[in-house]
Amino acid sequence: MAILDSKIPKGPLAEKWTKYRSTVKLVNPANKRHLEIIVVGSGLAGASAAASLAELGYKVKVFCFQDSPRRAHSIAAQGGINAAKNYQNDGDSTYRLFYDTIKGGDFRAREANVYRLAEVSASIIDQCVAQGVPFARDYGGTLDNRSFGGVQVSRTFYARGQTGQQLLLGAYSALSRQIGKKQVKMYNRHEMLEVVMIDGKARGIIARDLVTGKLERHFGHAVVLATGGYGNVFFLSTNAMGCNVTANWKAYKKGAAFGNPCFTQIHPTCIPVSGDYQSKLTLMSESLRNDGRIWVPAKVGDKRKPVDIPDNERDYYLERRYPAFGNLVPRDVASRAAKQVCDEGKGVGPSGLAVYLDFRDSIKRLGKDVITARYGNLFEMYEKITGEDPYQTPMRIYPAVHYTMGGLWVDYNLMTTVQGLYALGECNFSDHGANRLGASALMQGLADGYYVIPYTIGDYLSGEILTKPIPTDHQAFAEAENNVKERIDKLLSIKGNQSVDDLHKRLGKVMWDYCGMARNEEGLLKAKKMVKEIREEFWKDVKVPGGAFEFNTELEKACRVADFLELGELMIDDALNRKESCGGHFREESATDKGEAKRDDANFAYVSAWEFQGDNQPAKLNKEPLIFEEIHLAERNYE
Amino acid sequence: MSDTINLTLKIWRQKDASSPGKFETFKLDGVSTHMSFLEMMDVLNEKLIKENKEPIAFDHDCREGICGMCSMYINGRAHGPLKGTTTCQLHMRHFHDGQTITIEPWRAKGFPVIKDLVVDRNAFEIIMQAGGFVSVNTGSPADANAILIPNPIAEEAMDGAACIGCGACVATCKNASAMLFVSAKVSQLALLPQGQVERAERVMNMVKAMDEAGFGNCTNTGACEAECPKEVSVSHIARLNREYLMANLKNR
Ligand SMILES: Cc1cc2nc3c(=O)[nH]c(=O)nc-3n(C[C@H](O)[C@H](O)[C@H](O)COP(=O)(O)OP(=O)(O)OC[C@H]3O[C@@H](n4cnc5c(N)ncnc54)[C@H](O)[C@@H]3O)c2cc1C
Ligand code: FES
Repeated sequence: MAILDSKIPKGPLAEKWTKYRSTVKLVNPANKRHLEIIVVGSGLAGASAAASLAELGYKVKVFCFQDSPRRAHSIAAQGGINAAKNYQNDGDSTYRLFYDTIKGGDFRAREANVYRLAEVSASIIDQCVAQGVPFARDYGGTLDNRSFGGVQVSRTFYARGQTGQQLLLGAYSALSRQIGKKQVKMYNRHEMLEVVMIDGKARGIIARDLVTGKLERHFGHAVVLATGGYGNVFFLSTNAMGCNVTANWKAYKKGAAFGNPCFTQIHPTCIPVSGDYQSKLTLMSESLRNDGRIWVPAKVGDKRKPVDIPDNERDYYLERRYPAFGNLVPRDVASRAAKQVCDEGKGVGPSGLAVYLDFRDSIKRLGKDVITARYGNLFEMYEKITGEDPYQTPMRIYPAVHYTMGGLWVDYNLMTTVQGLYALGECNFSDHGANRLGASALMQGLADGYYVIPYTIGDYLSGEILTKPIPTDHQAFAEAENNVKERIDKLLSIKGNQSVDDLHKRLGKVMWDYCGMARNEEGLLKAKKMVKEIREEFWKDVKVPGGAFEFNTELEKACRVADFLELGELMIDDALNRKESCGGHFREESATDKGEAKRDDANFAYVSAWEFQGDNQPAKLNKEPLIFEEIHLAERNYE
Repeated sequence: MSDTINLTLKIWRQKDASSPGKFETFKLDGVSTHMSFLEMMDVLNEKLIKENKEPIAFDHDCREGICGMCSMYINGRAHGPLKGTTTCQLHMRHFHDGQTITIEPWRAKGFPVIKDLVVDRNAFEIIMQAGGFVSVNTGSPADANAILIPNPIAEEAMDGAACIGCGACVATCKNASAMLFVSAKVSQLALLPQGQVERAERVMNMVKAMDEAGFGNCTNTGACEAECPKEVSVSHIARLNREYLMANLKNR
């Protein structure tokens, strides 16, 4: 059985990390040179970790499936990154960021981890500036901030609407420097397809060279996964096309517990679906909610043009329902409210699955120039996609799958339940509980990579200094490679009638309909059956053209979708088990009279850590109780 | 405007780097004008798979115009006809019924073809590894506000930093020069106080790596700027040239 020892250091919350850092076991520089670390993923988490570990002297290998580490999906983050700098003198502090994150996550995250995150947040900004990240500046030359949903201070740092890009290019530049120094060996266009276990420890990976199709064996004293989120289980999401769960899933099948798989974030402001050819959904940054007002026609079936609908016939439903936070309520609340008004028939646009995000008033108040300066690139992007000009007519938006709070369960050291296997960034479950606040994922990815793993990995590797690199002709490598080979051969041999995308789209629709914004027992049970059926069909009827030893994008997709089809069922199991509503997880059976999510702390104040029991066996549920020493559990109220 | 159009697509097919390539022609009917260009390619690929033909390989990931992965040469223009737009952000409403669209990979000595429309851009990586960074280790740097950077300087640095590294500039340039790409990075770090210490060394190293990678010379045609999906300005090239000159003088 997986042992869920969170390894939280003793002592007062505010002193845990400092004390840990001063007492953690170290590896001396001479020994670091002999220790090899595999990092899978080159997004904010992976690139920052790899660069920092290489700077310390470890030998690092990095893998990513894109043709450059700079293209990891972190590049697409628009809005910004949080840090408790209190530069605006508006009452921010480490404690407030910690509190906001716990509350925003609906009290389903671990206090000690979140406190550490808030604590290191300020250093992240310093580090990024030192690298030359061009954050937005005021005229006096100091850094500028904006506010983001779910909080009442301005603590978000940004670089136009391209914050993720600039932060990733910073981490990528640090990584490139280490590649140039030969301290890191980079494997672009490589996909990890298996974890290699030797004597109960993670000792390497099997990766497929996506250009030649060749399977490769790589040894590491430790393996660090930083492989991002799995939102693409829904087919349509704001994630990049390649985002997947494969690395996580292989780890899960090797014994790493999967934490809170059903916790999914549905982002309220995305461009609505336009047709069944749709391949992905585009996020319109949450920062737009600072100046845009969200509304629908007050009357069902009002088909007038939005500009022709007078104010008294509009329903600014967020401002009405949540006067204190208005349009800036947290994402889960905003998304559900949009679904509710559309379910009532007030939705707009051709599909009726959209609401307006209107800049009329702020253009009047601040002038078009100010709005252009703030959101110009987003407005352009919107116009490119929809052909409509948001300066003239309100944007149409609808919620879309955006982020997965769930992921591999990790302890305070970011180690999974498999010895020597770590998970960083979006691919782990920590820090965000049941709902992530805007601008906190970038913070977490960089915290994990720059400031946590460089310390915590020493705790494990200090015990590995006598371990010689294991030659990859070891039996365990051969077996792992053979498993991958058999799976690929099987996929290619089916030669059925349905394309990978066909099956993926069907999976996505089931997940969205029954395990999306609102979930109930009946629907989930139905979905469980449907996912199983699609999975069985997949293995009988999928059609993967081409061969194994070539550049084969359909094969890449097939490998990923095969894993999504298993993950989907686990997400449903998790959603079924968690009978409460919390954060992004809304169980219709558990709502207040006003239709708000109702948590059940007495029965569900725990992390679900699912353990693999074998193919076609139900996963085993382990529970990590969440103990709140610092914070008083309260109902989340944004009214 | 009608909501669907019929198209003829002339697409470059090439098995791998060592095989010769050729154009293949496809008919695609009923293309929704609301689709993105890559969604149109998805539809074509699904059709090919159904017909037991091999789908067309192309690079893409974010489909939001920011990762720099998509890279199609459409009707003789990098990323197609729309200014300041990546292939993934281009929509079919900019094409008309009955149109023939020619789709090719980036063509440049520095970017060998991997398959069909996919090219190898590793040369860009090597250039970045040669100097596209500030040499600062993770640790405890000074407070971020200890370095004051006037807004206009930060903005100009950001203009260069906005480059997505897609390679459209190289594909467009008749000399297959990588100057716009290199200058965007050099310029960003030359403008910022953080970049000063390694300023001369950086430009020398990056230009050297660029030359070794087989990219051509810049003859100031300005084509790169016109086709850059992020509209990175050739003024960065002018800055790079000044930086290079000064670095050479200093080294003497
Ligand atoms: C459109 C969008 C906007 C966002 N905006 C914000 C924002 O404003 N603020 C904020 O805080 N957060 C934002 N987020 C969330 C945030 O961007 C992500 O959570 C975060 O960047 C994830 O970083 P990561 O390093 O964990 O993973 P990623 O950046 O996704 O990197 C994953 C890496 O893993 C590699 N990989 C994956 N699987 C494999 C495999 N099997 N083999 C080899 N390599 C593999 C990939 O190649 C990639 O390098 C946004 C997200 C999206 C989608
Ligand atoms: S796919 Fe990312 S820029 Fe086009």
